[in-house]
Amino acid sequence: MIETRQLSKRYGDLVAVDGISFTVEPGQVLGFLGPNGAGKSTTMKMIAGFLAPTSGSASVCGFDVEKQPLEARRSLGYLPEGAPSYGEMTVLEFLKFIADVRGLKGETRERRIDDVIGRLHLERVVEQPIDTLSKGFKRRVGIAQAIVHDPKVLILDEPTDGLDPNQKHEVRGLINDMARDKTIIVSTHILEEVHAVCDRAVIIAAGKVLADAKPAELEARSRYHQAVSLTALDVAAAREALARVPDVAAIEVDPQDGRITAFPKPGRAIFNEVGDVLKAQNIAVRELALEGGRLDEVFRTITTRAATATQEART
Amino acid sequence: MSGVSTLFKRELRSYFATPVAYVFIVIFLVLSGAFTFYLGGFYESGQADLRPFFTFHPWLYLFLVPAVSMRMWAEERKSGTIELLLTLPVTTWQAVLGKFLAAWAFIGIALALTFPIWLTVNYLGSPDNGVIFASYLGSLLMAGAFLAIGSCLSACTRNQVVAFILTVVACFLLLLAGFPLVLDAVRAFAPQGVVDAIASLSFLTHFAAISKGVIDLRDLLYFLLMIGFWLYASALIIEMKKAD
Repeated sequence: MIETRQLSKRYGDLVAVDGISFTVEPGQVLGFLGPNGAGKSTTMKMIAGFLAPTSGSASVCGFDVEKQPLEARRSLGYLPEGAPSYGEMTVLEFLKFIADVRGLKGETRERRIDDVIGRLHLERVVEQPIDTLSKGFKRRVGIAQAIVHDPKVLILDEPTDGLDPNQKHEVRGLINDMARDKTIIVSTHILEEVHAVCDRAVIIAAGKVLADAKPAELEARSRYHQAVSLTALDVAAAREALARVPDVAAIEVDPQDGRITAFPKPGRAIFNEVGDVLKAQNIAVRELALEGGRLDEVFRTITTRAATATQEART
Repeated sequence: MSGVSTLFKRELRSYFATPVAYVFIVIFLVLSGAFTFYLGGFYESGQADLRPFFTFHPWLYLFLVPAVSMRMWAEERKSGTIELLLTLPVTTWQAVLGKFLAAWAFIGIALALTFPIWLTVNYLGSPDNGVIFASYLGSLLMAGAFLAIGSCLSACTRNQVVAFILTVVACFLLLLAGFPLVLDAVRAFAPQGVVDAIASLSFLTHFAAISKGVIDLRDLLYFLLMIGFWLYASALIIEMKKAD
């Protein structure tokens, strides 16, 4: 379990993290989203015990990261931003070193090291110095060291950065596998990732929590939630027909591919009505889809609103 | 303590994983040999002792030890591994100690590899081996003090060159603390008591005392306190400046 209470970090006048409070329970994967410089990494550094908070507190598995730092760190696996590792060591030496520092011994040590090498597909490179590896391999070595002691709590700062689509898919699978009995925080600015791995998303900007909800709930805030989009052969006719549906609030046509989107009035569903109207008017439709909501749009709305608010506060 | 020994092993191995170790050892052996025979007049003095050999150690260390110590923390900062290291279940103090002991052991290995000169002098005559042993001990302690200073100054910056230069300057001042070069500058504004205190900090004085073969507890304590003080300062600086 991870708990933060009014966690804050100031550098002189600059407030990097401003009173962040949340609790993550075992079995939960929390996605930490925010624009660059929002305070994601700083928050994670404080939970991992690298930076001391200016005020507030954080605890890992019930251990306060400042008062019982060693206990907290023992139950924690941490992938720092950029996945740093000792470049002159080979992958195997590095993992053995981490296992030793983590106090793994004998057969458990061998088993755990073999396990993470297998899980992250590092077999081919175990004897290579880390400096000579590609970015994707380095990142995977970073993840391997974070999970080698099978920690209860995992903090991964941009675990899929620099991976190709297949590797991203694998790492997400890995996180999902581990999610069952672990508490996991993942930071990312890839929004599709939130869907793939997280069951809860926290959006922060300028050091403040702006949203804390399930990905589906966030999507429900989108303008596109419950909207209907379609491509018609006769765009003008389709548009006219849609305008007759009483619950349609607005209609937009994408100037590039001619895709039409009809937005419902708040709280209304229009999918069936749209279908009926199109059929009644005999308008040929190439495809018709119900939109779930667009996370990137919600993200933009939330974070830019916060940016303008802070700017106004300053002036 | 297992944290310290794990870090110690990793660090020591990392010296030998890069050319640093071999370059250092070769240069150290070549220079210490050259100084002994050419500048020190080992043969010409006609005495079976290693005075000409040990006299130059402080000056060799002045440049070689900072070259070893500069990467100690600056590199961790630069590559970001400091974040990895200090979120492992080890205390900052254990990390400082592990790194320092590894560097010290490394210099110890280089120093031990000068054994042929000990054999040589025993072959040529019958030296006082007690004095030679004491000199080796003094030399090792002095290297430790240099390293501890280097550890602290390496912790101040992420730039290895800056760490190197700062360490050379700090060590140079401490080497010559008992000499007019340093004392005259202090005498201009400080009372005699302070001047005497600074004079007593001189590395050269304490090293000279030990290498005469007299292992005085005060000289031992001087070097050990020096090491302890600078390592403590290293840990403080790392705690304070983690994020930069």
